[in-house]
Amino acid sequence: MKAAVIVFPGSNCDRDMAHALQDFTDVKTVDLIPHTAESVDRYDAIFLPGGFSYGDYLRSGAIARFAPVMESVVSEAKKGKTVVGICNGFQILLEAGLLPGAMKRNTNLKYICRTVNVKVENSGTRFTSDYEEGEVLRIPIAHGDGNYECDEQTYETLKMNHRIVFSYESDVNGSTGRIAGITNEAGNVLGMMPHPERAMETLLGSEDGRGLFTSVYHHWRDTHVVTT
Amino acid sequence: MVNVHVYITLKEGVLDPQGKAVQHSLTALGYEGVEEVKVGKWIKLEVAEGSDLDARIESMCEQLLANPVIENYTYQVEREAQV
Repeated sequence: MKAAVIVFPGSNCDRDMAHALQDFTDVKTVDLIPHTAESVDRYDAIFLPGGFSYGDYLRSGAIARFAPVMESVVSEAKKGKTVVGICNGFQILLEAGLLPGAMKRNTNLKYICRTVNVKVENSGTRFTSDYEEGEVLRIPIAHGDGNYECDEQTYETLKMNHRIVFSYESDVNGSTGRIAGITNEAGNVLGMMPHPERAMETLLGSEDGRGLFTSVYHHWRDTHVVTT
Repeated sequence: MVNVHVYITLKEGVLDPQGKAVQHSLTALGYEGVEEVKVGKWIKLEVAEGSDLDARIESMCEQLLANPVIENYTYQVEREAQV
């Protein structure tokens, strides 16, 4: 499997993401791809990292969504490739329209940086198959705009189709339905606010994030590698 | 060139955490009767005049300046008085 980690001006979790993929899965290639790249079509999975792309000016993710590389990210996502957006990456996917809804300022208006309990609501996705359904993970969050908002109909659709993949165990930022992560309708695009790439080592607090990266890898292996 | 003032606010019914906080602060300072506060953005553009001005502004708002999922926008075109 070949993975691309997109680097926007202001991304700051790109190295952590690459480290998580490189050192905790059997992914063959992990490349850091600049925002100016024309195409990511040679990659099997595309990761949009956290950070403050373009200084979060205007709205988080609003400008990054028009970065040259995004045209290719959107077309690969529409072809069914795996796309993961974490934190600012999630915000970019929302702005790009690959996922429904939008982010508002956290209810308490504060930038929240701490480890929270995140519940796996659906372990039947390509992002969560290595977790147990209902498992509670310790994963850090670090965001000011993580208050997920969508209209009632969208929320019902997300719920009904099990597209709410992660939720906060308790309300941390005001998100509708305590949503922490959702997928698109086809199930190949995931956006989540918590940072699994910062939860890879027990020594550093938690290794509960590993399952996300191994799930993605195992999904690719199971669909692409023929074993005899 | 004309000046265009674009105002962006959260849609009706979308809870505005910043507006709420400002309202609480005003009440705490003793200002009575502040029923509602909304915090939004004001963006000033200097753009070339033309018959398609409205279409261009609306397109800019829809595509980038506002997020139609949660935000509304209005704008005013300010033309300098002819001398």
